[in-house]
Amino acid sequence: MTAPAQETAFDPGMAATRATDAILRDTLHGPHRGVVVDSPPGAGKSTLVVRAALELAAAGRPLMVVAQTNAQVDDLVVRLAEKDPELPVGRLHSSDADPYDKALDDLPNVRKSAKTADLAGLDVVLSTAAKWAHVKTDEPWRHAIVDEAYQMRSDALLAVAGLFERALFVGDPGQLDPFSIVGSEQWAGLSYDPSASAVTTLLAHNPGLPQHRLPVSWRLPASAAPLVSDAFYPYTPFRSGTAAGDRRLTFAVASDGSAPDRVIDEAAESGWGLLELPARYTPRTDPEAVRALAAVVRRLLERGGAAVSERSPDPAPLTAGRIAVGTAHRDQAAAVRAALADLGVTDVTVDTANRLQGREFDVTVVLHPLSGRPDATAFHLETGRLCVLASRHRHACIVVCRAGVSELLDDHPSTEPVQLGVTVKFPDGWEANHAVLARLREHRVGWKP
Amino acid sequence: MSLIATLARLEAVRAGRAQPAATVRHRHLSERPLVLVPLTTAGEAGAPLGALVGPDRHAPRLLAVPQPRDRDLRFAFLAELADVVLPYIDSCALAVEAAERTETDPESGKRVKVEVELCADAPQLIVPSRAGIDFVRLLGRSMRFRRTAEQDPQTPHPAPPRVPLLGRWLTHFGERARVPGSSLLLALTDVLARHWTTGQSSLEDQHLGALLAWISPPEGASGAEAALRAELARDADGQLECPPAGPATDPAFDNKLLAPAIERYDRARTALAAAEDGLQADDRLGALTAAERGIRALVEECALPTWEKVWDGLDLLRALPEGAHVEERWTRDRWSFTGHRDRVLAGEPPQPRRDDAVTAANKLAAREREQARLEAQEALDDPLVMAGRRLAGEAFAGEVTDVVMAYSEGRRPSPRPLVTVRTDDQPHLGERARVYRSLDGRPQSAEFVAYEEDGAEGTLITLRILDKMGRGKEPAAGSVPDKGDRLCFTLFEHEQRGGAKLPDPEQTPWTHGGPPDEESAPEAPDPVTEEDVL
Repeated sequence: MTAPAQETAFDPGMAATRATDAILRDTLHGPHRGVVVDSPPGAGKSTLVVRAALELAAAGRPLMVVAQTNAQVDDLVVRLAEKDPELPVGRLHSSDADPYDKALDDLPNVRKSAKTADLAGLDVVLSTAAKWAHVKTDEPWRHAIVDEAYQMRSDALLAVAGLFERALFVGDPGQLDPFSIVGSEQWAGLSYDPSASAVTTLLAHNPGLPQHRLPVSWRLPASAAPLVSDAFYPYTPFRSGTAAGDRRLTFAVASDGSAPDRVIDEAAESGWGLLELPARYTPRTDPEAVRALAAVVRRLLERGGAAVSERSPDPAPLTAGRIAVGTAHRDQAAAVRAALADLGVTDVTVDTANRLQGREFDVTVVLHPLSGRPDATAFHLETGRLCVLASRHRHACIVVCRAGVSELLDDHPSTEPVQLGVTVKFPDGWEANHAVLARLREHRVGWKP
Repeated sequence: MSLIATLARLEAVRAGRAQPAATVRHRHLSERPLVLVPLTTAGEAGAPLGALVGPDRHAPRLLAVPQPRDRDLRFAFLAELADVVLPYIDSCALAVEAAERTETDPESGKRVKVEVELCADAPQLIVPSRAGIDFVRLLGRSMRFRRTAEQDPQTPHPAPPRVPLLGRWLTHFGERARVPGSSLLLALTDVLARHWTTGQSSLEDQHLGALLAWISPPEGASGAEAALRAELARDADGQLECPPAGPATDPAFDNKLLAPAIERYDRARTALAAAEDGLQADDRLGALTAAERGIRALVEECALPTWEKVWDGLDLLRALPEGAHVEERWTRDRWSFTGHRDRVLAGEPPQPRRDDAVTAANKLAAREREQARLEAQEALDDPLVMAGRRLAGEAFAGEVTDVVMAYSEGRRPSPRPLVTVRTDDQPHLGERARVYRSLDGRPQSAEFVAYEEDGAEGTLITLRILDKMGRGKEPAAGSVPDKGDRLCFTLFEHEQRGGAKLPDPEQTPWTHGGPPDEESAPEAPDPVTEEDVL
């Protein structure tokens, strides 16, 4: 742990710059075929990818960029064009209808095609792993950047690794692991288990690759970084880029004393809020919990929130677009959407943890994955799921949950079979859930709807 | 567990018997399946105790190992098993039909059609429970690397002829059983639980006796009572009235009946070995044979109830009509069987101990495709399965209330009719979500346009039909729904796209450890350890 003397001298900007410089040095001039960068939530991963891409392009090395979803690819293309509008960029896309974001059509130096031949000779070509897997080439790219590499499956990397000579792998080890819809125990413990993450396989076969870490989260506020770091990254801690007073959330309308308002005030004050409903076993789409989520979201909007941060010293209104609701299951998300529509609330993002990965909001309202459940399955205990849900916000996070989750956790200790040769992940979901709950309980508001 | 499965379990508890979970049979059942009821020895992995096996309900072949720790007796058991299983497999391997397959031409690199053989039928192995499948896999693993005296005259413990071949086949069956929807090797409890929902947990459903008790409880008893009896009832000697379906046996059976019988056998054998003259040897051989008969009788007693139950279960399943896509999936099983037959004929080495990186990735991709295909096909074949998907918001059914002709923009306007469907379902439709319906067995896709509450009458969903309307300006006859039609749209795709081609194993990239070592192939048999010659 950091000594107190250094702590006072900790300058987040400097620390981040030092880390980035080391990464770029290894990427551009290092002797290794691969470089791995672990990035906690909101640590400037995309900024790093864009910067590395520009430097590699400037060094005259043809570059391919592999991301996992079309939205991620489009986002990177837009960011690249913002930084360097002159850079010739290729967006390789599928032949489906609407394969890319229409915003790309306004960028003059971005060429879009479903065929690699049309994009030959461009400095940077970007696409999804799924599309790259169909590309055949005689001459591999000199360099590649693999974004969200911890969310990429080993077999997806196998399909594209022949396309490049060297690569920079960037990702967040704390988020959701890739999954497969069929059992894959047969290959558990093999270094190239096709259902494992790409980075796991890469490091198993190339243990000497340099591994870097981004030390500062620019998204998470000073109130959230310690909790997320302690619960999900206990061995690779990170800091918030902002100090305690840098961000403020205020409301024009005073609290009416109701539980949703009280939990909103608690969250505005401390960064966290736990709205606890009475213990009960419920179906997945717990109607009371869904109504509670919707009520909190409506009050967030009705009370005229304003956010002050290092980005906007003048209070910026807390609009629907800056709020997200996160759930574990798609039917829960659908139920919340319907409940919000009934209250006349639109434009609030409601989605599952899987789809919220990589996104950022001012305030998030989260349905706890274990709320109302009689059992704690591996899916609901997964560390990454809770980590994604608890790390999307810049100001505050409100968790809606039924009471009794800690008892549930104690009744269901982790019982997954131990597989030989598989690195045990720490912390496990059980431990992480307890750590988060222990902290959330300090910000508890009870509600009997 | 899906909502409809939960509801069905609640109903089963209330009704006191299992509720149908399907209206058609979703797995292929062969006219002449080979049923295998294996038993294993407690405390020693992969030591068979005996089995009932055969394609005829009335003539099971009893195999038993009087001393399961004796490797020679174990080999004798495996050789006998091979004598039953291999002729059954061969009976399918010989009848072939001509078929076409697309292959990459090695010279031109183009995809060309080649004429190949496809076995007209494939063997089907039925075991009572999921543990039986694991046991088949274990047997296959223990046999396929063995060498016969013919293959390797130097080998210290040669396996009987055909045992390694049986190992390769059992390995193939075990591996194929991991492919969703395949029917080469089935665990009866899995198939029954797919078609009926009981009032007990899915773990309890793995007890064949209890599962059948729920599905067809005896006169006057509820499923729960009958299942409890199947699990727990014991006779005066403390033996289970319904022995477990195996391969593991009941400890009371092991301790009270089997252990003394094996001890008698061991004593008789030692005595025979110590016989001093022919007359004495004859006497003692008689005692040994009697001891062996005793063990065979125990094994039969233990396996016969399960044998009968397996056939009862098959009869229950046969009463259901076969689902429309089952034949297609069985054809894939036939391809898989033919492929392995050809590999054996071509003299290829046995399946390796571990898959290489490329094979593992290919298998995983194929199984994920099959899983998605199976889920879609089961829903399309069976309104009850589709009801579950509708309840989960993944499909909706309703009546067409309006059809408005519209055209796409562009140089050659194509028909893009707007169809409005009234439904009581609540599908989770996102903006511009794709939905599919089956049009003469082929999927027609449409795009979600708008949603409108229709009061108590349900919801009006407007869709834009996108394809399968022919090339002309006017849509082909019958390709656009009419007002009043009842349709069912799904949010999931009906057909699966093939994945990208992975590199050849020799081209395995550096991220995955590079190409596999040349030396490791072909794989050497397991080294003989002290435990092998106890």
